[in-house]
Amino acid sequence: MKKTVIDLLLLENKQLNKDNFLLKLQSPVPVSDIFPGQFVNVEIKDAQEIFLRRPFSVLDVDYQAQTITLLVKILGRGSKKLTEAQPGVQISTILPLGKSFTLPEKDDHILLIGGGSGVAPMLFLAKLCGLDPENVHVLIGARSITDHIDIEEYKPFGNFYFTTEDGSLGEKGYVTNHPVFTNKLNEFTKIYTCGPDLMMKAIGRIALENKLFCEVSLENMMACGFGVCLCCVEDTKAGHKCVCTDGPVFNVNDLKW
Amino acid sequence: MVNLGIKIHELDFKNPIMLASGTCGFGEEIADFLDLSRLGGIVVKGTTLKHREGNAYPRMAETPSGMLNAVGLQNKGVDNFIANIYPRIKDIDTHIIVNVNGSTIEDYVALTERLNELDKIPAIELNISCPNVKEGGMAFGISCPSAEAVVKAVRKVYSKTLIVKLSPNVTNIADIAKAVESQGADSVSLINTLLGMAVNAETRKPVLSTITGGLSGPAIKPIALRMVWQVYNAVKIPVMGMGGIMNATDAIEFMIAGASTVQIGTAIFIDPTIPVQIVDGLALYMERHKMQSVSELIGSLQC
Repeated sequence: MKKTVIDLLLLENKQLNKDNFLLKLQSPVPVSDIFPGQFVNVEIKDAQEIFLRRPFSVLDVDYQAQTITLLVKILGRGSKKLTEAQPGVQISTILPLGKSFTLPEKDDHILLIGGGSGVAPMLFLAKLCGLDPENVHVLIGARSITDHIDIEEYKPFGNFYFTTEDGSLGEKGYVTNHPVFTNKLNEFTKIYTCGPDLMMKAIGRIALENKLFCEVSLENMMACGFGVCLCCVEDTKAGHKCVCTDGPVFNVNDLKW
Repeated sequence: MVNLGIKIHELDFKNPIMLASGTCGFGEEIADFLDLSRLGGIVVKGTTLKHREGNAYPRMAETPSGMLNAVGLQNKGVDNFIANIYPRIKDIDTHIIVNVNGSTIEDYVALTERLNELDKIPAIELNISCPNVKEGGMAFGISCPSAEAVVKAVRKVYSKTLIVKLSPNVTNIADIAKAVESQGADSVSLINTLLGMAVNAETRKPVLSTITGGLSGPAIKPIALRMVWQVYNAVKIPVMGMGGIMNATDAIEFMIAGASTVQIGTAIFIDPTIPVQIVDGLALYMERHKMQSVSELIGSLQC
Protein backbone atom coordinates (compact mmCIF):
# COMPACT_ATOMS: atom_id res chain seq x y z
CA MET A 1 0.00 0.00 0.00
CA LYS A 2 1.07 3.58 -0.61
CA LYS A 3 2.45 5.55 2.28
CA THR A 4 -0.43 7.65 3.57
CA VAL A 5 -1.21 10.34 6.09
CA ILE A 6 -4.38 9.04 7.67
CA ASP A 7 -6.57 9.55 10.72
CA LEU A 8 -7.28 6.37 12.67
CA LEU A 9 -10.01 6.02 15.28
CA LEU A 10 -8.78 4.99 18.71
CA LEU A 11 -10.92 2.00 19.69
CA GLU A 12 -9.14 0.90 22.81
CA ASN A 13 -6.37 2.17 25.08
CA LYS A 14 -5.39 -0.50 27.59
CA GLN A 15 -2.71 -0.13 30.23
CA LEU A 16 -0.70 -3.35 30.34
CA ASN A 17 1.63 -2.42 33.16
CA LYS A 18 3.27 0.69 34.59
CA ASP A 19 4.77 2.00 31.38
CA ASN A 20 3.22 -0.02 28.56
CA PHE A 21 -0.07 0.62 26.82
CA LEU A 22 -1.85 -1.13 24.03
CA LEU A 23 -3.59 1.16 21.54
CA LYS A 24 -6.01 -0.38 19.07
CA LEU A 25 -6.83 1.79 16.10
CA GLN A 26 -9.49 1.49 13.42
CA SER A 27 -8.50 2.31 9.86
CA PRO A 28 -11.12 3.54 7.39
CA VAL A 29 -9.24 1.82 4.55
CA PRO A 30 -7.74 -1.68 4.14
CA VAL A 31 -4.41 -2.21 5.91
CA SER A 32 -3.46 -5.37 4.08
CA ASP A 33 0.16 -4.42 3.48
CA ILE A 34 1.46 -3.78 6.97
CA PHE A 35 3.99 -6.38 8.08
CA PRO A 36 6.06 -7.16 11.21
CA GLY A 37 8.89 -4.68 11.65
CA GLN A 38 7.13 -1.81 9.97
CA PHE A 39 6.13 1.23 11.96
CA VAL A 40 3.62 4.04 12.20
CA ASN A 41 4.47 7.70 12.81
CA VAL A 42 1.93 9.19 15.17
CA GLU A 43 1.06 12.83 15.68
CA ILE A 44 0.84 13.89 19.30
CA LYS A 45 -1.87 16.50 19.52
CA ASP A 46 -2.31 19.33 22.00
CA ALA A 47 0.97 18.69 23.74
CA GLN A 48 3.18 21.55 24.69
CA GLU A 49 6.66 21.34 23.17
CA ILE A 50 5.87 18.22 21.14
CA PHE A 51 6.56 19.13 17.54
CA LEU A 52 7.46 15.95 15.70
CA ARG A 53 5.55 12.72 15.28
CA ARG A 54 6.56 9.67 17.31
CA PRO A 55 7.32 6.33 15.68
CA PHE A 56 5.82 3.12 17.10
CA SER A 57 6.24 -0.38 15.81
CA VAL A 58 3.19 -2.39 15.02
CA LEU A 59 2.19 -5.10 17.51
CA ASP A 60 -0.62 -6.56 15.48
CA VAL A 61 -2.89 -6.00 12.50
CA ASP A 62 -6.32 -7.47 12.00
CA TYR A 63 -6.49 -7.37 8.22
CA GLN A 64 -10.19 -8.20 8.13
CA ALA A 65 -11.33 -5.78 10.78
CA GLN A 66 -8.83 -3.16 9.47
CA THR A 67 -7.40 -2.52 12.92
CA ILE A 68 -3.82 -1.79 13.90
CA THR A 69 -2.51 -2.35 17.40
CA LEU A 70 0.46 -0.43 18.72
CA LEU A 71 2.48 -1.12 21.83
CA VAL A 72 3.30 2.24 23.35
CA LYS A 73 5.89 2.45 26.08
CA ILE A 74 6.23 5.71 27.98
CA LEU A 75 9.71 6.96 27.20
CA GLY A 76 9.15 10.72 27.26
CA ARG A 77 6.56 13.44 26.96
CA GLY A 78 5.35 12.36 23.51
CA SER A 79 4.63 8.75 24.32
CA LYS A 80 3.16 9.75 27.69
CA LYS A 81 0.71 12.13 26.04
CA LEU A 82 -0.32 9.46 23.56
CA THR A 83 -1.10 6.99 26.35
CA GLU A 84 -3.55 9.55 27.76
CA ALA A 85 -5.68 9.52 24.59
CA GLN A 86 -9.28 8.43 25.11
CA PRO A 87 -11.13 5.95 22.88
CA GLY A 88 -13.18 7.77 20.27
CA VAL A 89 -10.53 10.30 19.27
CA GLN A 90 -8.97 10.42 15.83
CA ILE A 91 -5.22 9.94 15.77
CA SER A 92 -3.23 11.17 12.79
CA THR A 93 -0.73 8.63 11.56
CA ILE A 94 1.62 8.11 8.65
CA LEU A 95 1.83 4.49 7.54
CA PRO A 96 3.08 2.00 6.57
CA LEU A 97 6.69 3.02 7.14
CA GLY A 98 9.95 1.13 6.91
CA LYS A 99 10.85 -2.34 5.75
CA SER A 100 9.55 -5.45 7.47
CA PHE A 101 11.48 -8.46 8.70
CA THR A 102 12.23 -11.06 6.04
CA LEU A 103 9.49 -13.62 6.47
CA PRO A 104 10.84 -17.13 7.16
CA GLU A 105 10.52 -19.97 4.67
CA LYS A 106 8.58 -23.07 5.52
CA ASP A 107 11.53 -25.17 6.68
CA ASP A 108 12.95 -22.49 8.93
CA HIS A 109 13.41 -22.82 12.66
CA ILE A 110 13.23 -19.33 14.04
CA LEU A 111 14.22 -17.63 17.26
CA LEU A 112 12.53 -14.31 18.02
CA ILE A 113 14.09 -12.25 20.80
CA GLY A 114 12.26 -9.24 22.17
CA GLY A 115 13.44 -6.90 24.88
CA GLY A 116 11.20 -4.32 26.53
CA SER A 117 8.79 -2.78 24.03
CA GLY A 118 10.81 -4.51 21.29
CA VAL A 119 8.57 -7.47 21.98
CA ALA A 120 5.88 -5.92 19.73
CA PRO A 121 7.18 -6.83 16.26
CA MET A 122 8.39 -10.21 17.58
CA LEU A 123 4.89 -11.21 18.64
CA PHE A 124 3.48 -9.94 15.35
CA LEU A 125 6.07 -11.95 13.42
CA ALA A 126 5.37 -15.10 15.46
CA LYS A 127 1.68 -14.76 14.63
CA LEU A 128 2.15 -13.96 10.97
CA CYS A 129 5.08 -16.15 9.93
CA GLY A 130 2.90 -19.14 9.14
CA LEU A 131 5.34 -21.71 10.53
CA ASP A 132 4.46 -24.74 12.61
CA PRO A 133 4.46 -23.30 16.17
CA GLU A 134 6.95 -26.05 17.08
CA ASN A 135 9.50 -24.24 14.93
CA VAL A 136 8.86 -20.81 16.40
CA HIS A 137 10.71 -19.93 19.59
CA VAL A 138 10.13 -16.61 21.30
CA LEU A 139 12.50 -15.36 23.98
CA ILE A 140 11.37 -12.31 25.90
CA GLY A 141 13.52 -10.31 28.27
CA ALA A 142 12.56 -7.62 30.76
CA ARG A 143 13.88 -6.01 33.91
CA SER A 144 11.23 -7.54 36.12
CA ILE A 145 7.90 -9.37 35.95
CA THR A 146 6.18 -6.01 36.42
CA ASP A 147 7.66 -4.83 33.09
CA HIS A 148 6.37 -7.83 31.20
CA ILE A 149 3.31 -7.56 29.04
CA ASP A 150 0.72 -10.29 28.82
CA ILE A 151 1.40 -12.43 25.75
CA GLU A 152 -1.32 -15.02 26.35
CA GLU A 153 -2.95 -14.33 22.99
CA TYR A 154 0.27 -15.16 21.16
CA LYS A 155 1.10 -18.40 23.00
CA PRO A 156 -0.46 -20.66 20.33
CA PHE A 157 2.05 -19.37 17.78
CA GLY A 158 5.27 -20.62 19.36
CA ASN A 159 7.31 -21.75 22.34
CA PHE A 160 7.84 -18.95 24.82
CA TYR A 161 10.77 -18.38 27.17
CA PHE A 162 11.34 -15.55 29.61
CA THR A 163 14.20 -13.85 31.35
CA THR A 164 14.13 -11.06 33.90
CA GLU A 165 17.06 -9.23 35.40
CA ASP A 166 15.71 -9.80 38.91
CA GLY A 167 14.59 -13.38 38.33
CA SER A 168 10.92 -12.59 39.03
CA LEU A 169 9.85 -14.37 35.82
CA GLY A 170 11.64 -17.10 33.92
CA GLU A 171 15.41 -17.32 34.06
CA LYS A 172 17.33 -14.69 35.97
CA GLY A 173 19.62 -12.61 33.79
CA TYR A 174 19.67 -11.39 30.21
CA VAL A 175 18.19 -13.07 27.15
CA THR A 176 21.71 -14.06 26.10
CA ASN A 177 22.01 -16.09 29.33
CA HIS A 178 18.93 -18.19 28.64
CA PRO A 179 19.58 -21.87 27.77
CA VAL A 180 17.59 -21.61 24.55
CA PHE A 181 20.13 -19.01 23.46
CA THR A 182 23.30 -20.44 25.00
CA ASN A 183 22.70 -24.12 24.21
CA LYS A 184 20.39 -24.28 21.21
CA LEU A 185 21.41 -21.34 19.09
CA ASN A 186 22.77 -23.39 16.21
CA GLU A 187 19.46 -25.21 15.86
CA PHE A 188 17.90 -22.05 14.50
CA THR A 189 18.03 -21.04 10.85
CA LYS A 190 16.91 -17.46 11.45
CA ILE A 191 17.18 -15.14 14.42
CA TYR A 192 15.16 -11.97 14.71
CA THR A 193 15.48 -9.39 17.43
CA CYS A 194 14.09 -6.07 18.55
CA GLY A 195 14.87 -4.30 21.79
CA PRO A 196 17.52 -2.20 23.51
CA ASP A 197 20.65 -1.51 21.48
CA LEU A 198 22.96 -3.29 23.89
CA MET A 199 20.82 -6.43 23.81
CA MET A 200 20.62 -6.47 20.02
CA LYS A 201 24.35 -5.86 19.71
CA ALA A 202 25.13 -8.76 22.06
CA ILE A 203 22.82 -11.04 20.07
CA GLY A 204 24.03 -9.73 16.74
CA ARG A 205 27.69 -10.33 17.54
CA ILE A 206 27.06 -13.88 18.65
CA ALA A 207 24.98 -14.52 15.52
CA LEU A 208 27.83 -13.16 13.40
CA GLU A 209 30.37 -15.40 15.17
CA ASN A 210 28.13 -18.38 14.51
CA LYS A 211 27.40 -17.26 10.94
CA LEU A 212 23.67 -17.27 11.64
CA PHE A 213 21.06 -15.28 9.75
CA CYS A 214 20.09 -12.45 12.08
CA GLU A 215 17.88 -9.43 11.55
CA VAL A 216 17.64 -6.59 14.04
CA SER A 217 15.28 -3.64 14.23
CA LEU A 218 16.91 -0.29 14.98
CA GLU A 219 15.32 2.66 16.65
CA ASN A 220 17.38 5.75 15.77
CA MET A 221 15.80 9.13 16.42
CA MET A 222 14.02 10.43 13.36
CA ALA A 223 12.13 13.50 12.26
CA CYS A 224 10.15 12.43 9.18
CA GLY A 225 9.97 8.63 8.99
CA PHE A 226 9.94 8.50 5.19
CA GLY A 227 13.49 9.21 4.09
CA VAL A 228 13.70 12.94 3.52
CA CYS A 229 15.25 14.42 6.67
CA LEU A 230 18.23 12.03 6.72
CA CYS A 231 18.47 12.34 10.51
CA CYS A 232 18.05 8.70 11.59
CA VAL A 233 21.08 7.33 9.80
CA GLU A 234 22.96 4.22 10.89
CA ASP A 235 26.62 3.96 9.96
CA THR A 236 26.54 0.68 7.99
CA LYS A 237 29.17 -1.09 5.92
CA ALA A 238 27.61 0.62 2.90
CA GLY A 239 27.74 4.06 4.54
CA HIS A 240 24.97 6.02 6.22
CA LYS A 241 21.60 4.38 5.73
CA CYS A 242 18.23 5.76 6.83
CA VAL A 243 16.71 3.63 9.56
CA CYS A 244 13.25 4.80 8.47
CA THR A 245 13.43 3.66 4.84
CA ASP A 246 16.46 1.35 4.47
CA GLY A 247 15.43 -0.18 7.82
CA PRO A 248 14.37 -0.26 10.57
CA VAL A 249 15.16 -3.92 9.96
CA PHE A 250 18.77 -4.64 9.04
CA ASN A 251 20.71 -7.85 8.60
CA VAL A 252 23.58 -7.80 11.12
CA ASN A 253 25.96 -8.58 8.27
CA ASP A 254 25.32 -5.09 6.91
CA LEU A 255 26.00 -3.31 10.21
CA LYS A 256 29.33 -2.37 11.73
CA TRP A 257 28.69 -4.49 14.82
CA MET B 1 -10.47 31.08 -10.84
CA VAL B 2 -7.63 33.06 -9.30
CA ASN B 3 -4.26 33.22 -10.98
CA LEU B 4 -1.60 31.79 -8.70
CA GLY B 5 1.16 32.11 -11.30
CA ILE B 6 4.28 34.09 -10.53
CA LYS B 7 7.38 34.88 -12.54
CA ILE B 8 10.87 34.73 -11.03
CA HIS B 9 13.47 36.03 -13.47
CA GLU B 10 12.59 34.14 -16.66
CA LEU B 11 10.78 31.31 -14.95
CA ASP B 12 7.02 31.02 -14.74
CA PHE B 13 5.90 29.22 -11.60
CA LYS B 14 2.37 27.81 -11.68
CA ASN B 15 2.02 28.90 -8.07
CA PRO B 16 4.31 30.31 -5.39
CA ILE B 17 4.47 27.15 -3.28
CA MET B 18 7.78 25.32 -3.40
CA LEU B 19 9.44 22.58 -1.36
CA ALA B 20 12.61 23.52 0.50
CA SER B 21 15.89 21.74 -0.04
CA GLY B 22 16.71 19.03 2.47
CA THR B 23 13.11 18.41 3.45
CA CYS B 24 11.71 16.68 0.38
CA GLY B 25 14.56 14.47 -0.84
CA PHE B 26 14.39 14.46 -4.63
CA GLY B 27 10.62 14.66 -4.64
CA GLU B 28 10.12 10.99 -5.36
CA GLU B 29 10.39 10.05 -1.68
CA ILE B 30 7.15 11.90 -0.98
CA ALA B 31 5.34 11.21 -4.25
CA ASP B 32 3.07 8.72 -2.44
CA PHE B 33 1.64 11.55 -0.38
CA LEU B 34 1.01 14.36 -2.84
CA ASP B 35 0.81 15.27 -6.50
CA LEU B 36 4.14 17.02 -7.05
CA SER B 37 2.86 18.62 -10.25
CA ARG B 38 0.53 20.78 -8.19
CA LEU B 39 3.51 22.65 -6.74
CA GLY B 40 5.34 25.65 -8.09
CA GLY B 41 8.73 24.03 -7.67
CA ILE B 42 10.86 21.58 -5.77
CA VAL B 43 14.31 22.42 -4.49
CA VAL B 44 15.95 19.02 -4.23
CA LYS B 45 18.47 17.84 -1.65
CA GLY B 46 21.72 19.80 -1.35
CA THR B 47 24.20 18.44 -3.87
CA THR B 48 27.98 18.57 -3.87
CA LEU B 49 30.61 17.76 -6.45
CA LYS B 50 31.68 14.61 -4.62
CA HIS B 51 29.84 12.08 -2.48
CA ARG B 52 29.43 13.14 1.15
CA GLU B 53 28.52 10.85 4.03
CA GLY B 54 27.38 13.77 6.15
CA ASN B 55 27.79 14.05 9.90
CA ALA B 56 27.68 11.27 12.46
CA TYR B 57 24.47 10.27 14.23
CA PRO B 58 22.76 11.78 16.24
CA ARG B 59 21.76 14.46 13.79
CA MET B 60 18.55 15.86 15.20
CA ALA B 61 16.95 17.19 18.35
CA GLU B 62 13.37 18.22 18.88
CA THR B 63 13.09 21.71 20.33
CA PRO B 64 10.13 23.88 21.36
CA SER B 65 8.12 24.45 18.15
CA GLY B 66 10.96 23.24 16.00
CA MET B 67 13.96 21.04 15.60
CA LEU B 68 17.70 21.13 15.17
CA ASN B 69 19.42 19.19 12.43
CA ALA B 70 23.04 18.51 11.66
CA VAL B 71 22.83 16.33 8.58
CA GLY B 72 25.84 17.92 6.93
CA LEU B 73 24.88 17.66 3.26
CA GLN B 74 24.79 13.89 2.98
CA ASN B 75 24.46 13.17 -0.74
CA LYS B 76 25.95 10.93 -3.39
CA GLY B 77 27.48 13.70 -5.46
CA VAL B 78 26.55 15.31 -8.74
CA ASP B 79 27.59 12.39 -10.97
CA ASN B 80 25.15 10.13 -9.21
CA PHE B 81 22.48 12.83 -9.42
CA ILE B 82 22.91 13.19 -13.16
CA ALA B 83 23.16 9.47 -13.88
CA ASN B 84 20.57 8.03 -11.53
CA ILE B 85 18.24 10.62 -10.09
CA TYR B 86 17.79 13.22 -12.80
CA PRO B 87 16.36 10.74 -15.35
CA ARG B 88 13.74 9.65 -12.82
CA ILE B 89 12.56 13.13 -11.78
CA LYS B 90 13.13 15.32 -14.83
CA ASP B 91 9.63 14.86 -16.21
CA ILE B 92 7.78 15.79 -13.05
CA ASP B 93 5.60 18.69 -14.14
CA THR B 94 7.05 21.34 -11.85
CA HIS B 95 10.30 23.27 -11.70
CA ILE B 96 13.08 21.07 -10.36
CA ILE B 97 15.76 23.24 -8.79
CA VAL B 98 19.04 21.89 -7.46
CA ASN B 99 20.56 23.20 -4.25
CA VAL B 100 24.29 23.67 -4.93
CA ASN B 101 26.99 23.40 -2.27
CA GLY B 102 30.74 23.60 -2.12
CA SER B 103 33.76 23.88 0.12
CA THR B 104 35.56 26.20 -2.30
CA ILE B 105 34.54 28.60 -5.07
CA GLU B 106 36.02 26.14 -7.55
CA ASP B 107 33.65 23.44 -6.22
CA TYR B 108 30.62 25.68 -6.69
CA VAL B 109 31.70 26.57 -10.22
CA ALA B 110 32.46 23.00 -11.28
CA LEU B 111 29.17 21.74 -9.89
CA THR B 112 27.21 24.55 -11.53
CA GLU B 113 28.79 23.78 -14.90
CA ARG B 114 27.62 20.18 -14.61
CA LEU B 115 24.06 21.24 -13.77
CA ASN B 116 24.03 23.78 -16.59
CA GLU B 117 24.03 20.84 -19.01
CA LEU B 118 20.69 19.55 -17.73
CA ASP B 119 17.74 20.79 -19.81
CA LYS B 120 15.11 20.15 -17.16
CA ILE B 121 16.89 21.97 -14.37
CA PRO B 122 15.88 25.58 -15.06
CA ALA B 123 17.44 27.06 -11.93
CA ILE B 124 19.90 26.43 -9.15
CA GLU B 125 19.78 27.54 -5.56
CA LEU B 126 23.28 28.47 -4.51
CA ASN B 127 23.56 27.46 -0.88
CA ILE B 128 26.00 29.77 0.87
CA SER B 129 24.32 29.21 4.20
CA CYS B 130 24.60 25.58 5.34
CA PRO B 131 25.54 25.75 9.04
CA ASN B 132 26.45 22.06 9.28
CA VAL B 133 29.64 21.69 7.28
CA LYS B 134 33.14 22.49 8.45
CA GLU B 135 34.39 23.99 5.21
CA GLY B 136 32.60 26.38 2.91
CA GLY B 137 28.82 26.44 3.31
CA MET B 138 27.77 29.20 5.65
CA ALA B 139 31.30 30.68 5.65
CA PHE B 140 30.56 32.10 2.19
CA GLY B 141 27.26 33.58 3.23
CA ILE B 142 28.21 35.53 6.33
CA SER B 143 30.36 38.23 4.78
CA CYS B 144 29.65 40.47 1.80
CA PRO B 145 33.02 40.00 0.04
CA SER B 146 32.91 36.18 0.17
CA ALA B 147 29.24 36.09 -0.87
CA GLU B 148 30.02 38.41 -3.77
CA ALA B 149 33.00 36.32 -4.82
CA VAL B 150 31.12 33.02 -5.04
CA VAL B 151 28.09 34.52 -6.80
CA LYS B 152 30.32 36.35 -9.27
CA ALA B 153 32.19 33.15 -10.15
CA VAL B 154 29.03 31.09 -10.53
CA ARG B 155 27.22 33.77 -12.52
CA LYS B 156 29.98 33.64 -15.14
CA VAL B 157 29.24 29.99 -15.92
CA TYR B 158 25.47 29.92 -15.39
CA SER B 159 22.97 31.62 -17.64
CA LYS B 160 19.76 30.18 -16.22
CA THR B 161 17.95 31.36 -13.10
CA LEU B 162 20.34 31.81 -10.19
CA ILE B 163 18.82 31.84 -6.72
CA VAL B 164 21.09 32.45 -3.73
CA LYS B 165 20.09 30.98 -0.38
CA LEU B 166 20.99 33.28 2.48
CA SER B 167 22.01 32.64 6.05
CA PRO B 168 20.19 34.30 8.94
CA ASN B 169 23.33 34.00 11.06
CA VAL B 170 24.51 37.47 10.13
CA THR B 171 24.33 40.98 11.54
CA ASN B 172 22.52 42.46 8.56
CA ILE B 173 20.99 40.09 6.03
CA ALA B 174 19.94 42.96 3.75
CA ASP B 175 23.61 43.81 3.16
CA ILE B 176 24.33 40.24 2.06
CA ALA B 177 21.26 40.27 -0.19
CA LYS B 178 22.43 43.51 -1.84
CA ALA B 179 25.91 42.05 -2.27
CA VAL B 180 24.65 38.96 -4.13
CA GLU B 181 22.22 41.06 -6.18
CA SER B 182 25.15 43.24 -7.28
CA GLN B 183 26.85 40.16 -8.71
CA GLY B 184 23.90 39.09 -10.78
CA ALA B 185 21.76 36.84 -8.56
CA ASP B 186 18.25 36.55 -10.01
CA SER B 187 16.58 35.85 -6.69
CA VAL B 188 17.40 35.30 -3.04
CA SER B 189 15.86 32.62 -0.84
CA LEU B 190 15.78 32.96 2.92
CA ILE B 191 16.17 31.95 5.59
CA ASN B 192 18.35 28.91 5.98
CA THR B 193 18.44 27.48 9.51
CA LEU B 194 19.60 29.43 12.54
CA LEU B 195 22.61 28.08 14.35
CA GLY B 196 21.55 26.52 17.62
CA MET B 197 22.36 23.76 20.06
CA ALA B 198 20.82 21.30 22.49
CA VAL B 199 22.24 19.91 25.71
CA ASN B 200 21.31 16.77 27.62
CA ALA B 201 21.20 17.85 31.27
CA GLU B 202 21.50 14.29 32.59
CA THR B 203 24.60 13.32 30.65
CA ARG B 204 25.96 16.87 30.29
CA LYS B 205 26.63 16.06 26.67
CA PRO B 206 25.49 17.82 23.52
CA VAL B 207 22.53 16.12 21.85
CA LEU B 208 23.99 16.51 18.35
CA SER B 209 27.21 14.82 17.27
CA THR B 210 28.35 18.17 15.89
CA ILE B 211 27.36 20.04 19.09
CA THR B 212 25.67 22.81 17.07
CA GLY B 213 23.07 22.46 14.34
CA GLY B 214 20.49 24.32 12.32
CA LEU B 215 17.18 25.34 13.91
CA SER B 216 14.03 25.19 11.80
CA GLY B 217 10.28 25.07 12.30
CA PRO B 218 7.72 27.57 13.63
CA ALA B 219 10.19 28.68 16.32
CA ILE B 220 12.08 30.67 13.68
CA LYS B 221 9.09 32.07 11.78
CA PRO B 222 9.10 35.58 13.31
CA ILE B 223 12.81 35.95 12.56
CA ALA B 224 12.33 34.69 9.01
CA LEU B 225 9.42 37.07 8.43
CA ARG B 226 11.45 40.00 9.68
CA MET B 227 14.36 39.11 7.43
CA VAL B 228 12.16 38.60 4.37
CA TRP B 229 10.65 42.02 4.96
CA GLN B 230 14.10 43.63 5.41
CA VAL B 231 15.49 42.01 2.26
CA TYR B 232 12.36 42.79 0.23
CA ASN B 233 12.88 46.45 1.06
CA ALA B 234 16.58 46.33 0.21
CA VAL B 235 16.73 44.59 -3.19
CA LYS B 236 14.90 44.65 -6.52
CA ILE B 237 15.17 40.93 -7.27
CA PRO B 238 12.37 38.64 -6.07
CA VAL B 239 12.58 37.04 -2.64
CA MET B 240 11.73 33.42 -1.83
CA GLY B 241 10.65 33.24 1.79
CA MET B 242 10.88 30.33 4.18
CA GLY B 243 11.20 29.54 7.85
CA GLY B 244 8.57 27.69 9.86
CA ILE B 245 5.71 27.82 7.36
CA MET B 246 3.14 25.26 8.56
CA ASN B 247 -0.05 26.34 6.77
CA ALA B 248 -1.52 28.67 4.16
CA THR B 249 -1.80 31.57 6.59
CA ASP B 250 1.90 31.38 7.36
CA ALA B 251 2.70 31.33 3.64
CA ILE B 252 0.45 34.34 3.02
CA GLU B 253 2.15 36.25 5.84
CA PHE B 254 5.52 35.72 4.14
CA MET B 255 4.11 36.98 0.85
CA ILE B 256 2.64 40.05 2.50
CA ALA B 257 6.09 40.69 4.02
CA GLY B 258 7.57 40.58 0.53
CA ALA B 259 8.12 36.99 -0.58
CA SER B 260 7.27 36.26 -4.23
CA THR B 261 7.34 32.53 -3.56
CA VAL B 262 7.60 30.52 -0.37
CA GLN B 263 9.30 27.27 0.44
CA ILE B 264 7.80 24.66 2.74
CA GLY B 265 10.38 22.73 4.72
CA THR B 266 10.17 21.21 8.18
CA ALA B 267 6.36 21.07 7.96
CA ILE B 268 6.78 18.23 5.46
CA PHE B 269 8.21 16.05 8.24
CA ILE B 270 5.00 16.46 10.21
CA ASP B 271 2.65 16.11 7.27
CA PRO B 272 3.90 15.76 3.69
CA THR B 273 0.49 16.70 2.32
CA ILE B 274 0.75 20.23 3.78
CA PRO B 275 2.31 21.86 0.66
CA VAL B 276 -0.69 21.03 -1.53
CA GLN B 277 -3.05 22.12 1.25
CA ILE B 278 -1.21 25.45 1.21
CA VAL B 279 -1.74 25.82 -2.55
CA ASP B 280 -5.47 25.31 -2.01
CA GLY B 281 -5.51 27.58 1.03
CA LEU B 282 -3.80 30.37 -0.86
CA ALA B 283 -6.37 30.19 -3.67
CA LEU B 284 -9.23 30.34 -1.17
CA TYR B 285 -7.66 33.31 0.58
CA MET B 286 -7.30 35.19 -2.70
CA GLU B 287 -10.90 34.51 -3.63
CA ARG B 288 -12.02 35.70 -0.23
CA HIS B 289 -9.98 38.88 -0.59
CA LYS B 290 -11.03 39.35 -4.23
CA MET B 291 -7.48 39.26 -5.54
CA GLN B 292 -6.88 38.36 -9.17
CA SER B 293 -3.15 37.73 -8.98
CA VAL B 294 -0.64 36.81 -6.31
CA SER B 295 1.34 39.91 -7.25
CA GLU B 296 -1.33 41.89 -5.38
CA LEU B 297 -0.28 40.07 -2.25
CA ILE B 298 3.49 40.32 -2.51
CA GLY B 299 4.88 43.06 -0.30
CA SER B 300 1.39 44.33 0.49
CA LEU B 301 2.22 44.94 4.14
CA GLN B 302 0.39 48.05 5.29
CA CYS B 303 2.51 49.80 7.87
